Amino acid sequence: MAYVITAACVADYSCVEICPVDCISPGPDETGFEEAEQMYIDPRRCIDCAACVEACPVLAIFEDDCLPATMRHYAEINREYFGERSA
Amino acid sequence: MTPDRILRIAVIGTGPAGMYATEHLIEDRNLNVEVDLFERLPTPWGLIRGGVAPDHPEKKLIVERLFDYFFKHGCVRYFGNVEVGVHVQPRELARWYDAVIYAVGASDDVRLGIPGEGLPGSVSAREFVAWYNGDPDFSHLDVDLSHPRAVVVGNGNVALDVARILTAPVADLEKTDITDHALRALKASAVKEVVILGRRGISQAAYHNPELEEIGHLDGVTVVVEGDDASPPNVDWATRRKLETLRELSAQSTRAAERRIVFRFLCSPVEMLGEHKVEQLRVVQNTLEPVSNGTLQARPTGKRLFIDTGLVMRSIGYRGTPIPGLPFDDALGVVRHIEGRICDDQGAVLGNYVTGWIKRGPRGIIGTNKKCARDTLRCLIEDLQAGRLTPAELRSTEVLQEIKARQPEAVLRPGWLRLDHAERTAGRAQGRPRVKFTEREEQLTLAAEG
Ligand SMILES: Cc1cc2nc3c(=O)[nH]c(=O)nc-3n(C[C@H](O)[C@H](O)[C@H](O)COP(=O)(O)OP(=O)(O)OC[C@H]3O[C@@H](n4cnc5c(N)ncnc54)[C@H](O)[C@@H]3O)c2cc1C
Ligand SMILES: NC(=O)c1ccc[n+]([C@@H]2O[C@H](COP(=O)([O-])OP(=O)(O)OC[C@H]3O[C@@H](n4cnc5c(N)ncnc54)[C@H](OP(=O)(O)O)[C@@H]3O)[C@@H](O)[C@H]2O)c1
Ligand code: SF4
Ligand code: SF4
Repeated sequence: MAYVITAACVADYSCVEICPVDCISPGPDETGFEEAEQMYIDPRRCIDCAACVEACPVLAIFEDDCLPATMRHYAEINREYFGERSA
Repeated sequence: MTPDRILRIAVIGTGPAGMYATEHLIEDRNLNVEVDLFERLPTPWGLIRGGVAPDHPEKKLIVERLFDYFFKHGCVRYFGNVEVGVHVQPRELARWYDAVIYAVGASDDVRLGIPGEGLPGSVSAREFVAWYNGDPDFSHLDVDLSHPRAVVVGNGNVALDVARILTAPVADLEKTDITDHALRALKASAVKEVVILGRRGISQAAYHNPELEEIGHLDGVTVVVEGDDASPPNVDWATRRKLETLRELSAQSTRAAERRIVFRFLCSPVEMLGEHKVEQLRVVQNTLEPVSNGTLQARPTGKRLFIDTGLVMRSIGYRGTPIPGLPFDDALGVVRHIEGRICDDQGAVLGNYVTGWIKRGPRGIIGTNKKCARDTLRCLIEDLQAGRLTPAELRSTEVLQEIKARQPEAVLRPGWLRLDHAERTAGRAQGRPRVKFTEREEQLTLAAEG
């Protein structure tokens, strides 16, 4: 289980500011922020507190088993981002 | 600085950059601020209202879930239909306020600079977007949709937006806040094919993955990829996803579809041909050549192609325009600044700042402007603490009198709320988020009391 950021994300990092375990990237002071298509949640570190859901101004964040049909693959995309980064 | 000094700040422009600057100012507990928002149009929100595609309603949620809160804040006033440089000059604002933050975005676009570009049938994506999103200055744009093929030049997200609007089922657009004149024109449109021209290859495209994937969700639209089928070994993750998406979409390609989107890579337009309007676009095929900064650049081969078309839409970037009285960097199309402090040859023009597209150039998505505004405000606060800001000469009531004297048709906050309400009410009757009023006169009448 984890929360997942989907296509609507506008990269305003409200979720980054509120996440208690700092598992959302790339934040405004990380490299890659200016070019980022969106933010991503690290599923291995997310503690399912849902704080980011309400903070998101465009309602882009879903629990992974509640993803809308066209957004299901975003669970994998969020996971992959962190895999690629550490590769 | 006395801790309880009220800082009076003018923010010019109500797009994301101006609204994030306002948010940061209001949320800073060490500051006691009054913010006046100046906006050229009667309506606020910049490219959120005037740029973001009508079929992206989720992105516009940011208005009601965030920007509205600051817009309606007790310390914020709205002066809509007031253009800085026309109704009030920068040197006046500099005296009226402790500090002025320019967040005016990019009001122009880049030209191709090829023969025939001035022919009817050649428009910019910026104008087309302004037309379908209801900018009152573009309500009467002549968009010729009578030819079965349209060409969009450029490979950014804006190019995908306009290609999508040109091919999306009208029944889907009817549920959005797209303007009524655009709906009428799109209903009657003869366009069956949109060719998206990229001057570089399939791996250099600037559009983002979510926007590309969306092309695959369009009902009745099939995707064709031409000109570059390279699968280069060392592309990054985001690019790999785009290549994969295009591969999947072109594998599903079918002749039976009602409309097509053709991604044509490695091609640059060289001339628009036609007697009274665009009838043909001449393009040259390119190859890629490494340049010193490590990127690949397009280089023309001798090979020419002709594309029959009645509409060529350049989507090769927006461009900032100068504001009379402010130093401007013509090469970059931005106000001259150092880290957000406006600068001329003598150094910082104290108390004057920039943020958003007029600071960084026309790049970045909505949230990019939040960090940009944050960084600019850090400079402002440094200047405040160092005693470099000259206190405002006018009280807030005096500013209001000046504004009303210079622009009797200024739209204040209650006026926009009336217009907003009228648009939403009209929308509700049709099951749409809003119906936009697109004539300035009409907007002003609805904003007026009574
Ligand atoms: C077509 C298009 C679609 C986009 N879609 C998305 C999207 O879906 N998601 C996303 O994250 N990003 C999107 N973007 C990017 C995003 O819109 C920009 O990053 C952002 O709007 C830039 O903010 P800004 O405040 O600098 O400029 P703007 O949003 O352009 O705001 C500038 C404001 O200043 C006003 N102004 C200009 N001159 C004056 C003057 N002299 N006096 C007073 N007011 C003035 C203008 O009227 C305008 O309201 C899109 C961009 C475009 C062009
Ligand atoms: N949904 C969204 O999130 C969304 C929607 C719209 C816009 N935006 C954002 O708004 C910003 C502006 O978007 P944009 O599409 O206007 O700009 P952009 O992303 O900078 O793309 C410009 C495109 O034009 C091409 N180009 C430039 N000059 C050219 C020329 N002379 N001939 C042919 N092609 C040329 C560029 O190719 P080269 O790479 O070869 O230079 C590039 O493909 C971007 O940051 C974008 O992400 C976001
Ligand atoms: S659910 Fe909680 S832990 Fe997980 S990303 Fe959101 S804020 Fe962070
Ligand atoms: S709060 Fe929402 S829009 Fe902002 S970065 Fe997070 S997911 Fe993206």
